Formats: sequence, structure tokens, C-alpha cells
Amino acid sequence: MTNPRTNWARTNRASTERAGHPSTTLGAKDYKSEIKPVWCPGCGHFGVLAALTKAFAYLGLPKDEVVTVSGIGCSSRIPAYIDGYGFHGVHGRALALAAGLKAARPDLTLVVTGGDGDGFSIGGNHFLHACRRNMDMTYIVMDNEVYGMTKGQASPTTQPDWSHSKLTPRGTGVPRFHPAAIALAAGASFIARGFAGSPNELVRLLVQALEHPGFALVQVLSPCQTFRPEQKAWKQAVHTIAEPAPADPSEAARLIQGDDGLALGVLYAQRAPVYQPRNQVEAELADIEAEFLL
Amino acid sequence: MSDCYQSCAITGSGGSGAVTAGMLVLEAAARAGNHGLMTRSAGPQIRGGESAAMLRFGPAPVTCMGDSFSILAALDWGNFARFAGEIPLTAETLILADPGAGKLPPELEAYRAQTRWINLRELADALPGGRFNMVAVGAIAACAALPLKAVLDAAAAILNTKGPEVTETAHGCIRLGYQQLPTDGRSRSALPEVPRRWSLSGNEAAGLGALRGGVRFVAAYPITPATEVLEWLAPRLARLGGALLQAEDELASINMIIGSSFGGVPSMTATSGPGLSLMMEGIGLAVASETPIVVVNVMRGGPSTGIPTKSEQADLNIALHGLHGDAPHLVLAALDIADCVLTLHWATRLAEHLQTAAIVLSDQLLGQSRSIVDPPEMPDLPNLPLGRRCAEAVPGSDYRRYQLTEDGISPISAPGLSGLSYTADGLEHNESGTPSSMAADHGAQLAKRRDKLTHFDVGSLWAEITGEMTGAGDLCLLTWGSSHGAVLEAAARLRASGRPTRVIGVRLIAPLQREALRAATAGASVWVVELNQDGQLFHYLRSEAALPEGARSFSRSGPLPLRPAEILDAIAAESADD
Repeated sequence: MTNPRTNWARTNRASTERAGHPSTTLGAKDYKSEIKPVWCPGCGHFGVLAALTKAFAYLGLPKDEVVTVSGIGCSSRIPAYIDGYGFHGVHGRALALAAGLKAARPDLTLVVTGGDGDGFSIGGNHFLHACRRNMDMTYIVMDNEVYGMTKGQASPTTQPDWSHSKLTPRGTGVPRFHPAAIALAAGASFIARGFAGSPNELVRLLVQALEHPGFALVQVLSPCQTFRPEQKAWKQAVHTIAEPAPADPSEAARLIQGDDGLALGVLYAQRAPVYQPRNQVEAELADIEAEFLL
Repeated sequence: MSDCYQSCAITGSGGSGAVTAGMLVLEAAARAGNHGLMTRSAGPQIRGGESAAMLRFGPAPVTCMGDSFSILAALDWGNFARFAGEIPLTAETLILADPGAGKLPPELEAYRAQTRWINLRELADALPGGRFNMVAVGAIAACAALPLKAVLDAAAAILNTKGPEVTETAHGCIRLGYQQLPTDGRSRSALPEVPRRWSLSGNEAAGLGALRGGVRFVAAYPITPATEVLEWLAPRLARLGGALLQAEDELASINMIIGSSFGGVPSMTATSGPGLSLMMEGIGLAVASETPIVVVNVMRGGPSTGIPTKSEQADLNIALHGLHGDAPHLVLAALDIADCVLTLHWATRLAEHLQTAAIVLSDQLLGQSRSIVDPPEMPDLPNLPLGRRCAEAVPGSDYRRYQLTEDGISPISAPGLSGLSYTADGLEHNESGTPSSMAADHGAQLAKRRDKLTHFDVGSLWAEITGEMTGAGDLCLLTWGSSHGAVLEAAARLRASGRPTRVIGVRLIAPLQREALRAATAGASVWVVELNQDGQLFHYLRSEAALPEGARSFSRSGPLPLRPAEILDAIAAESADD
């Protein structure tokens, strides 16, 4: 699983039979629903969807025990495209919804998907607290530095001088949100960056994130062909950082602050206490009611 | 009717022990066989400021504070002016005051003749660690004709966690206070045999009702005056195998309970007005995705931050109309403290069965008051099977989560169940849950979500109806929430004066049981009584064409609770004009 040379793109039924993983006959395609994505041709999100289903297949996850939760936006449509349980909620609140689900149903594997606006703008506060709460879930943010669904406005990760939006014709003039740095400061225990155009690498990161006990952030650079065609250049610009991932936060901070935002790989991974209510029955309702008796 | 009750207000600076003293007197009254009610009032300060406990007790259930107090016990006079409007006195009111706390404030100069001076501080100082509020408890108990044994037993029960020395000292102080007034032999040691009653606050009652209804997950953000619902629930949910998650804000808490309920666990949050505003988007998501949730809103004075520590019934409009789009949901209101148990229990079961959001309105007056009541019985809910209508996997057929059924209720599923997976969606969707912007799907799903509520037979719990109708022109007082108590007492006085009067306390406000309401008010002279500026229930009922011709509104803003006499005055004034 940690071998970077594994050909993740070829994950199929046979690959799930490897030792240490549940035996299953499911391949990546089995995790895809029949619903056709609304995404534009060439959208990076197709690559993320493919990588996610391959990661599920690799891990042999039972389809009915994986839940995909999302907010609003192009990438947040993913739950409908996965054949399994999902919740397509409202803008920015996916992490909160997932926290409640995980607290009530710790047995489930939770994947939260969304975009940069959903996760870092309207959902910014939930992002901070999901990092520090460290519940066991994987958060995939498909970052294309633009609001696609509302047709091309600046997002928190947009460059300050990007002036192609009618809302900010002179650019935002505001520094960019740095997801990895903020996640580290907020207490996330697993931080990675992937690229939708590097499928093998992305599957590998997603598998690691899914296997990480606690909150795992995977920021995926996912180009928007419609509003940010210049992002095609990411294909040549991304580069892989050296392994192993730092487990020391100050070392990770140096790595994260020093990179150009296009470095791929695990930026930080550390075991940390995972929050989960105990859910153990110790009393009956009658015992509670007896407290009221005078 | 009011003659059989004792009433007492205990005031002081925050931290003086007024509320503890009130709790002790209330429990002593209960041990002497009384029913009772205690409300509390505080300013916005965390420590300091002003604090008051107001009690009323007697042999019959106490529905409201009445019109005035027979005893005012002042632990000190700090900020007393702030209470002036909350503690109406009469020429018969006895004032217990400590000369060590200073002169009577100007507001009470007229009552000089009724003031009984007791050296609370001096007496307390006679005992190491003695507290003057305990001396006051003794004096109040003697004044209210409570047996000394009842007070000592109550003190032992309430202070038992603080150690035997504290209880012993408190007992000494109580005895000293009790000796300051003639007792007419009431200090006998034997207490009457009384049924074992419950002491509970409205906020605790709401929590219990939710537990009875099956709630096992709560997420919430603290807010006055709803926080005690959460504080009571947190350790008890844990013991029952559930959990309470403190969210980062109300936006998170409402979405957390949608997530947990989607997971199959009945879920609830509790908040107050400003929090309810923040939750509206999430409540709409629960309605659209047909995820059962319960939202308890303990109302306070509004709008905006308003008066956080005091009561009002002014959130009805937002509870009914705050959601965007056509978003049918349940709105209920508890009628008294014990009724918080029933209303939350019922609301939870309704929400689970009908797969929608239920907003339950309580208020500060209910939530932070304590009542001595007979243990609330479990309601008979024959039309509400326990749990959700669950789907079963049928081999070879696709599960349709939002299937159009005869009663509008689609079989629900939960993650982990094989062959029944679906994506819950706030986007409009078709029967399978696939997002759809087609007019036909939108129309069908909107109608389904409306009809499942309006076609459901809710039975008789939609309202509490008291009093017989004898003929045309009889009075019918229609009310909701905590105003029900004052209305019941006003109605009792009207009946005693020979005027047949019916009271309808509406428990299920939406969907409105229009036909039942029309039948219950037919031919009556109707008044809608409530505690908000412009009569929110009155206007809602009028917009629903649910009131008979000539129905009138009596409403005024909070935070002072409605009193029976002002309801009677309003009716009398209107009758004089007719």
C-alpha cells in the first residue's frame, strides 16, 4: 500500500484480493453509479472520481459501509456519482454533517468531498474544527481556485491579481488561503496534496488518507478547463516531494511554507487522539427518570 | 382559587443565594405535600447583578405565578429597582428584610408597615460558616406555614453533596430563621404521607421527553436559556449509549444532527432565537432530504440578541415561516413544564414517522422554572409505531428512497443496509434521489412532502382543551406555550364568576388542525392570548381562516409573564365597550 510504484490506475477486481485486505469481488467500476456527471469536458474532477473509486476497490471497502458526504459546488456532486450511500447537503456544511454521522455511526467509512469555496470560504469555520476534532474521515478538497458552479468567481485560493471575475474585476487583492498551512495549525493529523492529472499518485494518497485513523485532508489540484484554462500548465508544473512524510509539525510547517503550492505527496502525517463518543449503554431510561423523584 | 396558594419572592444580588433559597423552599413545600412552581429571574451579568426566585405552592397543581406575592424576602437591596415590575405586591404582602442590608428602597416605602425586620446576617454569623440565605429560608418557611422538618429534610437532600458539616450548619441557620416567626405548632416532626412527586425544570423535561421519544444523539452550541437542556442531556445520553457533541456553531449543530439522523439515530438540537435563525438553512435541508430531526427552541426576548435571560413568545413567526421555498414541517409548543416531556416525546415520534423536521417551542419561563408535579405518564401513541418506516431490500428491484406512496411517507434506509443505498439530497430530486430540475419531479416531491403531514391523523394531542361549552357566546381562550398557565387560572376565575369558559392550549401549531380547531371554537367568543407584541398566533390563525368571526387578540410583549388579572381586565374592558 505504501509502495509508490504500485500501478494504482490498474486497480481492479484482482487487486483487491491482496493479503491483509478483505476479500471482495468489487472493482472500481462497481463503485460508480449510473448517473452522468454534470462536469464540463476535461474537468479535473473526473480524475478524482476515478481515483476515489479505485481507492475504494483497492481497500475492498463494502459499498454499503462507505458514505460520501458533500456540500455544494461542482465537486460536491460526487455522492450522486458513487454507487453507495451519500449525502449531498448544503453549501459549506459537509464536514459538520459528516461529524454527526461519524459520532452516531463509528462503523462507517466516511469520505467528504467538496471544493475550495465550499471548504475554505463558507465552510471555513467547520474546516478548522474538523481538523482539531480529528474524527476519522477523509476530506477531499478539489481545488481549482475558482467558483465553477456559479460561473467563475474568485475563491479563497485564487491569486489576488486574477481579474477575470465580474465580481472582482481588479482582482481580489487578498492573499490566498493556504489549506495545508491552516490545516496544520488547526491540528489536522494527515495532510496531503494530489493532482487530478496524476492518477496513480492520487489513488495512492487517497488510500493512505482512507487508512489514516483521524481527520485526513487531501487537497487535490483539479483544473477547471472552463474558467481557468491556464491550469492546464499544472500538468508540467507539479512535482513530487520526497518521502517519508514529516511527522513533526515544525518540520511539516517548514515544508508546507516553503513549497510552491504544486508539490504533491503527504505533507504531514502523525498519530493523534481520534475523537469518537463511546456509545456504550450503561443505564436504562428508568434509571434516569428516577433522578426526578423527590 | 388563588387563596389556597402561598407565594413568595426571594431577591438579592447575584451570588447572594436567592435561587438556592428558592429551591430549598420549593422542595420543602413539596415534602409538605404541595404542588409548586418556581421561576427565576436574573440580569445579563455572569456574576453579580441581580437575582430572584419566585415561588408559588399549594395543594393543587400550580399553573402560573398568580397576580401578586404574599411574601417578599429580600436578602439585600442591590439593584432591587430592576425587579420592581416583576414582583407585584399588595397591601397584604409581608416583607422580610435584614436591617444589616440597609433601608427599604424607595419603591417599597409604601409597604413600611408590613415589613418584618430580621437580622439575617447577624444570626448567620452566630454559626461558623453560617449563610444568611439559609436563615432567610427558615424565616420564609415559618412565614409560609411549612413544617420545620420538611425544610430540614429538603436542605439535607439538596446539600448532600457538600458534606455533613455544610448540612449541619445550614440546619442551624434554618432553625434560627424559623424561630423568628410564630409557628403555631407547625414544627412537628411528622410529615403527611404525600405521593412521591417529581421536581423538574422545563429544560430538563424537554431533555427527558426527547429521550423518551428515542433521541440518542444531540449536537448543539450553548445559548441562554437553552443551555440547560444540553447540560442535563450530556451525561445522561452518554449513560444511555448516545452522545452529545458540542458544535462550533449552530450551523454545525443542525447539520451534525442531520448527519447522525441520516445514520439512523434519532437526533435533536436545542437552541434559542438567534441560534434558530442560523439553523434555518439546515432545517430546510432536513425537510428536503426527508431526514427526521427535532429542534427545541427555548424562546427569549427578541429580536436579535434581545433579552437573553427573560421570556417571550415571539419566535412563532420564524418557526412557521423562516424556511425558504415551500417547506412543510412540524411546529409544536409545550404548554407547561411537565408538558415539555409529552411534547418532546410526541414531536420526536412525529418527526421520525413523518421523516421531517419538528421545531418545538419552549421559552425561558418554562425552561428555567422548576415545578413539583406528579410523574408524567407515557402517552398512548397508537398511530405512531416506534421507529421509522424502514425499507426492505427486494431482489431485482431498485430501491427508491423518495418513492411516491399513498400517504407520502417513503420507506427510509440507513448506511450499512445492503441493497438500499441512496443519496440524500437537498437538491430537488426524483423518486430515486437523483437530482432533477424537472417541473414534474419538483411538483410531485413538493406535494408529497406537504401531504404526508396534512394527511396524517394526529389524534387528540394537537391541543389541551379544558372547560365545557354551554351555548353561543361562551368564552373561548385560545393560547399556546407558557401563557397557558395564566390563561387556565383566568378561566377558572371566569367560571367561578358564572361565565362558561373554554381554554384551548394549542400543542401542534403546524400543520394546523383547522377543522378540529373550528369545531372546538364554534359559536364561542374567542380570544387569542399570547406573550408577544403583535399577536403572532392570532395573525397566523386568521391567515389560515381558522378563527370564528369577531375573534380578538390579547397580546403584549415580554419579558414579564402574563398574569391572570390582566387577561381578565382585557376581556372585561372589551365587554364594556361592546
